[in-house]
Amino acid sequence: MSDQCKKGGCDHSGVSRRGFLTTMGVGAVAAAAAGSALPATAEQQKASAAEPMTIGLSVNGRKHRLAVEPRETLLAVLRERLGFVGTKPGCERGECGACTVLVDGVTRYACLTLALEAEGHEITTIEGLARGEELGDVQKAFVEEDALQCGYCTPGQIMAAEGLLRANPSPTLDDVRLGMSGNLCRCGAYGHIFKAVERVARARREGGAK
Amino acid sequence: MTGPCSFMTQAIATAATTATTRENPALPAWEKTNVVGAAVPRVDAHERVSGTAVYTRDLALPGMLHCAIVRSPHAHARVKRIDASRALAMPGVHAVITCDSPEASIPWYFGAKGALSRLLDPECRYEGDEVAALVAETPLQAADAARAVVVEYEILPFVVDYERALRPDAPKVHPFGNQLGEPRVTERGDLASGFAAADVTVEREFHTSCELHTPMETHCSVAQWDGGSLQVWDSTQGVYAIRRGLAQALQLPLASVRVSSRFMGGGFGSKLELGKYTVLAAILARTTGRPVKAALSREETMLCAGNRPANTISIKAGARKDGKLTAFDAKLLGGVGAFPAAATSGYLVLDLYTCANVRVEETAALMNAGQARAFRAPGFPQAAWALEQVIDELAERLGLDPVAMRLKNVPTLSQMRAGQPYTSTGLADCLKNGSAGFGWAAARKRARGRGHVRRGIGVAAGMWGYGGDPTATAIVKLYADGSANVNSGAADIGTGTRTILAQVVAEELGVPIAKIQVEMADTATTQFAPSSGGSQTVLVNMPAARSAAVAVKNELLSLAAAELGKDVKDLSLRDGAIEIAGDAKSVPLAQLKSLAQRQQLVGVGKREPHPEGKVALPFAAHFAEVEVNTRTGAVKVVKYLAAQDSGRVMNALTYENQVLGGVTMGIGFGLTERRMLDRNTGKLVTGAWHDYKIPTALDFPAEFTCLPVDPRDAECNSVGAKGLGEPATVPAAAAIANAVRDAIGVRIFDAPITANAIVTALARTRS
Repeated sequence: MSDQCKKGGCDHSGVSRRGFLTTMGVGAVAAAAAGSALPATAEQQKASAAEPMTIGLSVNGRKHRLAVEPRETLLAVLRERLGFVGTKPGCERGECGACTVLVDGVTRYACLTLALEAEGHEITTIEGLARGEELGDVQKAFVEEDALQCGYCTPGQIMAAEGLLRANPSPTLDDVRLGMSGNLCRCGAYGHIFKAVERVARARREGGAK
Repeated sequence: MTGPCSFMTQAIATAATTATTRENPALPAWEKTNVVGAAVPRVDAHERVSGTAVYTRDLALPGMLHCAIVRSPHAHARVKRIDASRALAMPGVHAVITCDSPEASIPWYFGAKGALSRLLDPECRYEGDEVAALVAETPLQAADAARAVVVEYEILPFVVDYERALRPDAPKVHPFGNQLGEPRVTERGDLASGFAAADVTVEREFHTSCELHTPMETHCSVAQWDGGSLQVWDSTQGVYAIRRGLAQALQLPLASVRVSSRFMGGGFGSKLELGKYTVLAAILARTTGRPVKAALSREETMLCAGNRPANTISIKAGARKDGKLTAFDAKLLGGVGAFPAAATSGYLVLDLYTCANVRVEETAALMNAGQARAFRAPGFPQAAWALEQVIDELAERLGLDPVAMRLKNVPTLSQMRAGQPYTSTGLADCLKNGSAGFGWAAARKRARGRGHVRRGIGVAAGMWGYGGDPTATAIVKLYADGSANVNSGAADIGTGTRTILAQVVAEELGVPIAKIQVEMADTATTQFAPSSGGSQTVLVNMPAARSAAVAVKNELLSLAAAELGKDVKDLSLRDGAIEIAGDAKSVPLAQLKSLAQRQQLVGVGKREPHPEGKVALPFAAHFAEVEVNTRTGAVKVVKYLAAQDSGRVMNALTYENQVLGGVTMGIGFGLTERRMLDRNTGKLVTGAWHDYKIPTALDFPAEFTCLPVDPRDAECNSVGAKGLGEPATVPAAAAIANAVRDAIGVRIFDAPITANAIVTALARTRS
């Protein structure tokens, strides 16, 4: 670490994100995708920005042990260390939802979650929704309804839809609009995204799939 | 290298030329299609929904370093001293380049008299102007090191307001002053007699805000050298344009530069041109002998990756009692940022409606802000915002229905292109079918609501003025087992190009979609295509692909005729087999010995020239219903219908999706999006999506109809499709503005229509 960092030059990246996270309990964005801060363990609290720590991460049912800097986000660690590049960076500050993952089944922005905070929790990424090459039902519905254009926000949209449907299996259109409002799509495929979410909700109710 | 893209300048230019050589005549129009036009799911959907699609941002190469760029925090400043020695000594840092480095002198940004700046310029003309770049082993190390680069600036006076920039006492962005050349005037007829013939005239001034593209994937490149050859993966709309720019910047033969872009996460015009980050990545990759990734942060894209310039548009318009337009006098002013770019477009005023007497004067102003770039129908939504509100005002003054008023002035000739006829014009049908589908007449009679929530409806028409660059080649290969490959250099920027290429080949060869492989956007392995922008992708590349498929089909059928002892005329292709007239049994392609012997048949197709003496352009009419809360000023678009004449619907799913997207973007332009620069500091205030608000799922209309109006154009090109992406956004904001006016009885002249603007305007009417 540099002198500047030791003097506190980059401590803020960890501290301010944590501080921001704890204030995220209100607002449509938080309600849709962020959730409240995960409880920190004593081990995590000992962390200083300068020293890498070894943590265990459970992603899509497999355990990984790796050394991370305390300031590293779950998004960065998933992508750069573990190769789960389906989780996309869009803004890296909790605005767009492209990095949405499930933590213990609840939607969360991976860019606003420190990797340290995710220890001890079950993380599901877009790669965890398919079985081999067989797509999950939300993924299939996104294909059938053409609920995407460039596709870059799509993994985050699908994870948000999955989280929404787990929390509310019978959403109204208004529930869907609110539930998906933490995920931006600049191509503007919202109308087709709503259809895809409704298609899955209907199919799950009728077929009892999942 | 960084000038406005060709379609932008061409769309904005008054005169137009069409290719006249006919060496490859167009194929006859399809009479009936089986695959083209159907709701075929995207052929690359699996990759896009499974997370396996590799975007440039996702690419990780062995030994790859990460680039961070040091940018001026000031709107106008001169670098007095730059010291990167501490940054270079930091952990993981491999190399630094600053505005003092010799490699930084590559000329950049061009004016009438040559280069105005360089790759890294000690003279910083806007917040975000690049002064240094470095590479480190991790993105965090690179970001840490960028902060450790010490730069001493001499702060200079600045101007970030384009109207203020034209005042004589304004600080100068460049020594030659802030006005970009002389105002451009386009005129026809005689204004004085036009206004003399008018029974009513309306004169209004409008402002539109600067809009930022903000594609979901930020701008990103990965560069890698192999001796003297450069490979770049880029998130781009046009691999060939990037290759040309890189070859020029780095003085390399075209054949030594390979640019690829398998998946890209949105562009909307901001990824048509070579970015400095790409060249910096290439230079630093050469210096270090390692692959380098340069990915912009979200805030960086908002500072320096282009924008739709803010416009001030005043229009004086005249019309007779019967609704016929007699004159338009329009002045358009736009602020292009610190370097030349197209600021405005008067095309709509000159061409959307029949009008004999028109004068359009366009002025571009420089200011200390990031340079404008093409943005989905450059200049058109701004002009529509003004023109379509003025048309409504004329209609109101004349006591005419706004739809009827527009219908009285629908042109059948292109006034901008020497009075040549259109191959087809569905504008009248867009207005008629659209108003019927929307229930316009009934809605006009409905009450506007009582209490503080008011409802209103609005209409706006639009068109797009660029017909495409017909320089495109495609190759189709048919393999021995009856599967096929189609090869085109076009980029699928999310519009579904990859899928439509497969549909066109499936249509001609009868090969199922699942057996067609599509190769795109790689300068080393795919055929030349113009950049995917300006709504030209389908209409230039699909005729080329069709022509290639037909070449394969002709060869295949003659081989089959010889092998089967039949007449070619009796053979046709269907479901991967050869059908023989009068014979129930068909022959699967995989059983054809002559095909197996050759292993593959190859067809090369070129796009035919545009039709001679005719103009092919798309049209639209949009209808909106809004709900306005007169206490809070909140506007909700509750119902929307978009009628589009974009010729043939190539794919029902992706067509509707394009229209949804165009309208959503128009909702942002009309209601929520505004780049703000602080007048006191010259800095960007809206550098994040929390402050720069693009539409969310909550802003999309609850009731939405996409209504294709297909005039069955057999002349525009061999597939019958006209452009869709741009015309789907052109009238949207104006339709909403007219609906707001209908709801509250007060017109808001500035975009976006904020809650504050509504509350203020209503308060003014009460006092």
